Amino acid sequence: MIELNGIEKSYGELKVLKGVSLSVAKGDVICIIGPSGSGKSTLLRCINYLEEPEAGEIRLDGKIAYRDIVRGRIVARPRAEIDATRREFGMVFQDFNLFPHMNVLGNVAEAPVRVRGLTRAEAERRGVALLDRVGLANKVDSWPEELSGGQKQRVAIARALAMEPKAMLFDEPTSALDPELVGEVLEVMRFLAAEGMTMIVVTHEMGFARQVADRVIFMDQGQIVEEAPPEQFFAAPRMPRTKAFLRMAQQES
Amino acid sequence: MDLLNLSVVAEYYPVLLRGFGMTILMTLIVITLSLTLAIPVALSRMSGNFLVRLVGGTYVELLRGTPLVLQLVYIYFVLPGVGIRLDGFVAALVALTLHYTAYLSEVYRAGIQSVPKGQTQAASALGMSRGQTFIRIVLPQAVRTVTPALGNYFISLFKDTALASVVTVQELLFSGQIIAARTYQYFTIYTVCMIMYFSVGYPAALFVRWLEKRTSGGYARRRRRQKGGQA
Repeated sequence: MIELNGIEKSYGELKVLKGVSLSVAKGDVICIIGPSGSGKSTLLRCINYLEEPEAGEIRLDGKIAYRDIVRGRIVARPRAEIDATRREFGMVFQDFNLFPHMNVLGNVAEAPVRVRGLTRAEAERRGVALLDRVGLANKVDSWPEELSGGQKQRVAIARALAMEPKAMLFDEPTSALDPELVGEVLEVMRFLAAEGMTMIVVTHEMGFARQVADRVIFMDQGQIVEEAPPEQFFAAPRMPRTKAFLRMAQQES
Repeated sequence: MDLLNLSVVAEYYPVLLRGFGMTILMTLIVITLSLTLAIPVALSRMSGNFLVRLVGGTYVELLRGTPLVLQLVYIYFVLPGVGIRLDGFVAALVALTLHYTAYLSEVYRAGIQSVPKGQTQAASALGMSRGQTFIRIVLPQAVRTVTPALGNYFISLFKDTALASVVTVQELLFSGQIIAARTYQYFTIYTVCMIMYFSVGYPAALFVRWLEKRTSGGYARRRRRQKGGQA
């Protein structure tokens, strides 16, 4: 469903992605792990074009997304078309990025009203149902500032789901949370995975990757070093860099 | 000596009130115009296009770097030389609007830039267009941040309308000058003018201080209070 071919991205002199290719089928749950600065968040942001890669192509359902190659040169498509592709992906950010000037229901209903043209009443009806699914039916009228980090992140998940995306992108969704709040967010994500949602998750939660992922990807220095099913990935990693990283991660936990 | 001559006030108060009305009218017109015009100017200064940025930047720096009185005099006395003849009232409105648009655009720019990048990214990720993101996500947060600063500029605008007297607009100060010249009751007339300005300026300043307090906290309590205080 999602295909990345030879994605490259630099910030000035620094090359953060050095030709990354990845294929994700419908219903796949992919966990991307790796040290900070390995390019995993950037890769995720290339998928919904929050970052524009310099080279490589992104395909959604077989069709090239966001831009065309005209006579060997990359030409970005009109912004409206980029927006249209972008909304096929729901994104959850490390620091939530809820809209502070809207209440919880407003956060969830905003994009369906503005982008998909739903009536406010319909968007709110669906919003309440989604908030119920993430266990926040009683917080509909609350304001983001009144919520805990875990609650905020669950609202953010509901907000992304409200656009009925084809796939969900999670950018370290639990990294900004107090340890005791991590569980409630992972539980919602597990639930989503069980429902068959296609998910790409950048995370440091090894337990989650082990239990939920169909495939685990280890990235380092802008490249995919190793890609394997979780049982194999964690029990018998092949690459030395993966082994070293997993050993370090284990020591920390 | 009886400095305060109330009979002069009794005789001329309609003139003063008319002048005061003119002062208020000019303030309101310029607020409306500059509040609106400052948005495109602020956006031009953040444009990706170098030329657009240059034009916006030049305009803002020119108007911030020269005295308002000179700008006003320039428009009224110099522009007729190139065939643009404006009456005093219009010239004053143009000068004040140009001047305050420059300042307010800087306030807007600061406000817009104070909204975290993550907000725009979240909106983009939801498929919202640039326009929708700006109007629904960035602007409301920016406006809230800058409201107290805007209030302060409105107060100084209210006082700066007195400069229109230089180009014969009969606002409050000029009305006072006319009466004072005719009656020689300088102390009385100018004291009354002072009181009239202060009677608006001071409550406005108090209001801005209250706004500052109200917009400094979170969003929740404010809304709750509006709904009838269940928090």
